[in-house]
Amino acid sequence: MSVITQTSPAAAQDAALEKQLRRPSYWPFVLPALVVVVAIIIFPWVFTIWMSLNEWKVGAPTSFVGFSNYLRLTSDPRFLEAVVHTIIYTALSVLLPLVFGTFAAVVFHQKFAGRGFLRGVFIMPMMATPVAIALVWTMMFHPQLGVLNYLLSLVGIPAQLWVFHPATVIPSLVLVETWQWTPLVMLIVLGGLAAIPTEPYESAQIDGANFWQVFRFITLPLIMPFLFIAGMIRMIDAVKSFDIIFAITQGGPGSASETINIYLYSVAFTYYDLGYGSAIAVVFFLLIVLLAAVMLHARQRMVWTEIASDA
Amino acid sequence: MTRRQIIGQIGLWFSVFVIVSPAILFFLWMVSLSLKFEIDNAAYPPVFFPEHIAWKNYADVLASNRFVTYFANSLIVTGSATLLALMVGIPAGYGIARMAAHKSAIVILIARITPGLSYLIPLFLLFQWLGLLGTLVPQIIIHLVVTVPIVIWIMIGYFETTPLELEEAALIDGATRWQVFRHVALPIAKPGIAVAFILAVIFSWNNFVFGIVLAGRETRTLPVAVYNMISFDQLSWGPLAAAALIVTLPVLLLTVFAQRQIVAGLTAGAVKGG
Repeated sequence: MSVITQTSPAAAQDAALEKQLRRPSYWPFVLPALVVVVAIIIFPWVFTIWMSLNEWKVGAPTSFVGFSNYLRLTSDPRFLEAVVHTIIYTALSVLLPLVFGTFAAVVFHQKFAGRGFLRGVFIMPMMATPVAIALVWTMMFHPQLGVLNYLLSLVGIPAQLWVFHPATVIPSLVLVETWQWTPLVMLIVLGGLAAIPTEPYESAQIDGANFWQVFRFITLPLIMPFLFIAGMIRMIDAVKSFDIIFAITQGGPGSASETINIYLYSVAFTYYDLGYGSAIAVVFFLLIVLLAAVMLHARQRMVWTEIASDA
Repeated sequence: MTRRQIIGQIGLWFSVFVIVSPAILFFLWMVSLSLKFEIDNAAYPPVFFPEHIAWKNYADVLASNRFVTYFANSLIVTGSATLLALMVGIPAGYGIARMAAHKSAIVILIARITPGLSYLIPLFLLFQWLGLLGTLVPQIIIHLVVTVPIVIWIMIGYFETTPLELEEAALIDGATRWQVFRHVALPIAKPGIAVAFILAVIFSWNNFVFGIVLAGRETRTLPVAVYNMISFDQLSWGPLAAAALIVTLPVLLLTVFAQRQIVAGLTAGAVKGG
């Protein structure tokens, strides 16, 4: 908005008006929201940090203990195990939707009859109430009566225990997560595809490039920024995933699918150890910020190597 | 059509089929489960099209008087949280866009990154201390954590694209800022408000984590009520699936009928609550 640099009288008047329009006299508009945000977002954060420095259990006197809640985390095997589960769960829940979502976006970028309606159907999984779909997936995972094992038997694959066995529970939950969130990746990448100019495709066609070559050397580099945004959003959501895991397994069997978020719930609202729970919440938040920073860094490195290889 | 084009067409439709079928088959199976008697639901191999349709599953769910309470709870919580969010969020989005105070959006970003559970711990204590547990007020307030950032985020983006000329003209004519907002900016922003409204409703309606902690027996919202049914009667799949479908049906209908707004909102802000 700072493009007005000419000094013609009309422009100067415009600039003055523009300035006036942008003066901080819009505070009254923002104030009510500010009060709400402070009350429900900032206050909880400050209070959480304070609680994490205290021994704070429901129904017991509280006492200041400094960083001992944080130290306790480093030697809590259940927490460390939850971190590992979270990282595995997140990595898979970012990668698979990115792959399928990109494929779906390329398909939905084509013109075909009923595209609008089918796109609506395609995004239904991510808008549907998570608990409701978790309930149906639980029935589908049922080892004896579930429809999934029946479908496997049709192609000769032996019955699986899905979410009822420690070795398969995380992949099974990732299956649900992928089914649910591939549409979001599709929508973001579809937005990217719409912004690509047609010229490179025309010259590729003249050069006789096949479909895969066109995708690999033209489409993929051009949608990279959108894939990155999708990956970032997916990461933030997958790390925090709660509804699906809690409704289907509650972290079980045993603690085989207990992620940080599920463990946080148990500590805070099953054991009512609010001080320790707050420490987990703070570390959890920092972990998400750290992951986001690592992704941003990786992205920057990638851009630099691209530039370097171009030169 | 050349041979290559025909192969291309077949490939395209095959791809479309592969992509869309997981969603279609899932929801068809959900409908099938909800319309079958226990005998059919417990059959192996599974029955896809039952001989006798169990409308009774739906009748049972709707007839239980608790269900009406939970439905009303969901309506009140989602309705209040969305309306309050629109009331504070639309002016805020306008103010932030006109002040070009982009840094303030960082708060929204933090809210987006923060796990829902971390709000619950301090607010749970606060509500307990205020003696509000057992009413719907805690849930309405905490759902603002979901709805307010969505509304502000979408409205900032929208007001940044609306033209300034009309507002400037109104200011020159001596209108106050509030009048400009009320009579010039707001009417233009209606499509943006629709997007914010729809997304806030959906993500508040779907929210589960706040309810399991804050809701008592009388104050459950629908997702929490359905979750409690699971542990309650493990093996009656028909009524369970019917209840699940009733809970998510309003959202699915919104998705189909307001698809354009939802897609616009999700790709613009890529927001999600909780």
